[in-house]
Amino acid sequence: MNFEGKAHLFGDDINTDYIISSRRKRDTLDEVALARYLMEDLDPSFAASVSPGDILVAGKNFGCGSAMEIATLVIRGAGIPVVIAKSFARTFFRNGINCGILLVTCDTGLIKSGDLVAVGSNDDFTSVTVNGKRIYSGAALPASMRSIIESGGLVSYMRNSQGFSN
Amino acid sequence: MSGLTIAEKIFSSHAGRTVHAGEDIVASVDLVMATDGSGPLALDLFKKMDGKAVFDPEKIVMVLDHYVPCPNDKVAALQDGMRAFAAAGNCRIFDLGEGICHQLLPENRYIQPGHLIVGGDSHSTTYGAFNAVGTGIGSSDLAAAMIAGKLWFKVPHSIRITLNGQLKRWVTAKDLALCIVGLLGADGAAYKAIEFSGCAIGDLPIDDRMTLCNMMVETGAKCAVMPGDALTRSFYGGTDRFVSADEDAIYEQSVDIDLGSIEPMVALPHHVDTVAPVSKLSDLPMHMGVLGTCTNGRVSDLELALSVMGDSPVAKGFELLVVPASRSVYLEALRKGLIEKLVAKGAVVLPPGCGPCCGSSPGIPSNGENVISTANRNFIGRMGNVAANIYLASPATVAASAVKGVLADPRGEAR
Ligand code: SF4
Repeated sequence: MNFEGKAHLFGDDINTDYIISSRRKRDTLDEVALARYLMEDLDPSFAASVSPGDILVAGKNFGCGSAMEIATLVIRGAGIPVVIAKSFARTFFRNGINCGILLVTCDTGLIKSGDLVAVGSNDDFTSVTVNGKRIYSGAALPASMRSIIESGGLVSYMRNSQGFSN
Repeated sequence: MSGLTIAEKIFSSHAGRTVHAGEDIVASVDLVMATDGSGPLALDLFKKMDGKAVFDPEKIVMVLDHYVPCPNDKVAALQDGMRAFAAAGNCRIFDLGEGICHQLLPENRYIQPGHLIVGGDSHSTTYGAFNAVGTGIGSSDLAAAMIAGKLWFKVPHSIRITLNGQLKRWVTAKDLALCIVGLLGADGAAYKAIEFSGCAIGDLPIDDRMTLCNMMVETGAKCAVMPGDALTRSFYGGTDRFVSADEDAIYEQSVDIDLGSIEPMVALPHHVDTVAPVSKLSDLPMHMGVLGTCTNGRVSDLELALSVMGDSPVAKGFELLVVPASRSVYLEALRKGLIEKLVAKGAVVLPPGCGPCCGSSPGIPSNGENVISTANRNFIGRMGNVAANIYLASPATVAASAVKGVLADPRGEAR
C-alpha cells in the first residue's frame, strides 16, 4: 500500500469528541455528511480545507476518549486514507484499522502543515517520507491488520470471509 | 518461559493456546455488548457484512441507556432498530430506564470470572472488577464479533498497581482512581492491561472495585483486572474458578500506592489527568452537580453523598442532578428513603441511564457554568455544551460542593 498527500497537523491528545462532536451524530450517521464537521470544535474552517487523499498528522494519544467508531468513519468520509501520530489511543487504533485507514506510529515532530507526505506499508516494513526525505522506516504492520486494511476495512473483510482465521 | 499475568491467562484461554504480551491473536469472546450509542451503527455494519445470524443469542446483550428518555424521532428510530434486531435474533435487550450497561451486566450476572467481554463502550473495563477482561470496541468490531464470536487482539502488556493501607474517612475509590489517572497520565497505560494487587483490595467493596476499573480506561488502558476473592465469590454465589497471575509474571511497570496517603481529589477542566487535591482548590464557584453515571451511580454513592450533606439542603442556585445507575439501584434507593431525602434537599432525579454524562440526554449546563460531577470524563463539550467547565470528583465531594455552592472538601463539610 502506498499513499501520498498533503499533511494537516494536530497536537497531542486529540479526542474523538473533537474529531466529531457528539451532538452531530444525533442527526445522522452518514460519514460523508458528517465529514463537513470534522474537528469543528477545534477549528470550524478545518473540514473545508481538506481534499481527498490528504493525510492527518498528530502528536501523542490521537483518538483518545470514547470508543465511538464514527470518529474514524468521519475521517474516512473526508477522504483521508492515512493518519500518522506519535501514538494512538487503543480503541481509535482498532477502529481505524477496521475502517480501512492506515495508521502509522512514528515521531511526527519533523512534519509541518502542508508538507507532501508519502507513506508505504508492505510485508517487510512501513515507511514515511516527507518532501522527498525518508523520516521513518519501521516494522511492518501485522499481516492480520494489513489484510483488513487492504480489504477496505472489516466490513468487506467479513463479507468475504464471515470469520477470522486463527 | 516466564509466568503469565491475569490478562495473558485470560487471552490464552480464549485463543486456545498460551499467548504472551505483544502477540497478535484471534480470540473467542464470552459476551458482546452493544448500547444505543454504538449498536445502531453496528447493526448497519452487520447487514453490510452479510451477517445472517448472531453466533450465539445468549452471548449478545443490548442496552438502551445513552438516550433516556429518547430525545427525538431519529434516535427513536435507531432504538427501534435495536429492539427489532434483538427480537429477531432472540438476544437480551435492556430497554429505556433499566439502567446503564456497565451496571446492568454485573447486576444480571452476565460477567463471570475469567471471561473475555467486548463492549461497544469504552468503559467496558468496569467488568475487570469481577476478575474478567472487559474491553471497549467500536461498531465494526461489534458487528464482526456478533457474527463470528471472535475478534483480533493484541495481547496487552500489564502494569501492576499494588494497593496497600486503608482509605481515610470521606476519601473514596474515586479519589484513588483520579490519583492513578493523574499518576499514569491520559495515555500512560495505552494498549496495556492494569492489574490490581495488594492486600487493600480485600477491603474494597465491589462498588469501589467497579469505580476503579471503570476509570482505568482514562489512562488509555485496554482493560483493568482485579484478582478474585471471597467478595467476588459471594457476588457470584460460590464460584472459585478465579484467574490469578503467576509469581514470575512479567510487568512492564509496577506502582505501589498507600491508600492512607490519598486525599479527596478533583480532575480539572478539560483533562481527566489534570488532577489536584480538593483542599488546594476550595471555594471555586460551582453551579451544577451530577451524582450518577457508570462510575458512581450506585446506592453506596447516594448514601455517601447524603451522609456528607447531613441536614443541609442543596445551595440556592445550585442544580444537583441525581441519576441512579439502574432501576434496581433506583428501587433500592427509594426503599431506603434516599431518593426522598435527596429530593427534599432540592435535587432533580433523572431516570436510570447515562443521564447528562455525555450530553445525550437532558441536563445540559449553560455557558460558563462550572459542573462538579461523579462521571469519568471532562473533555470540552462532553456534557453537550463546549462553554461549560467540568470538574470530576467523588460523590462525597460533589455532595459537599452541592450544599456550599462552591468546590468543597467533604472532610470539612461532613458531620
Ligand atoms: S454513564 Fe457516561 S461514561 Fe458511563 S456508559 Fe454512560 S455515557 Fe459512558
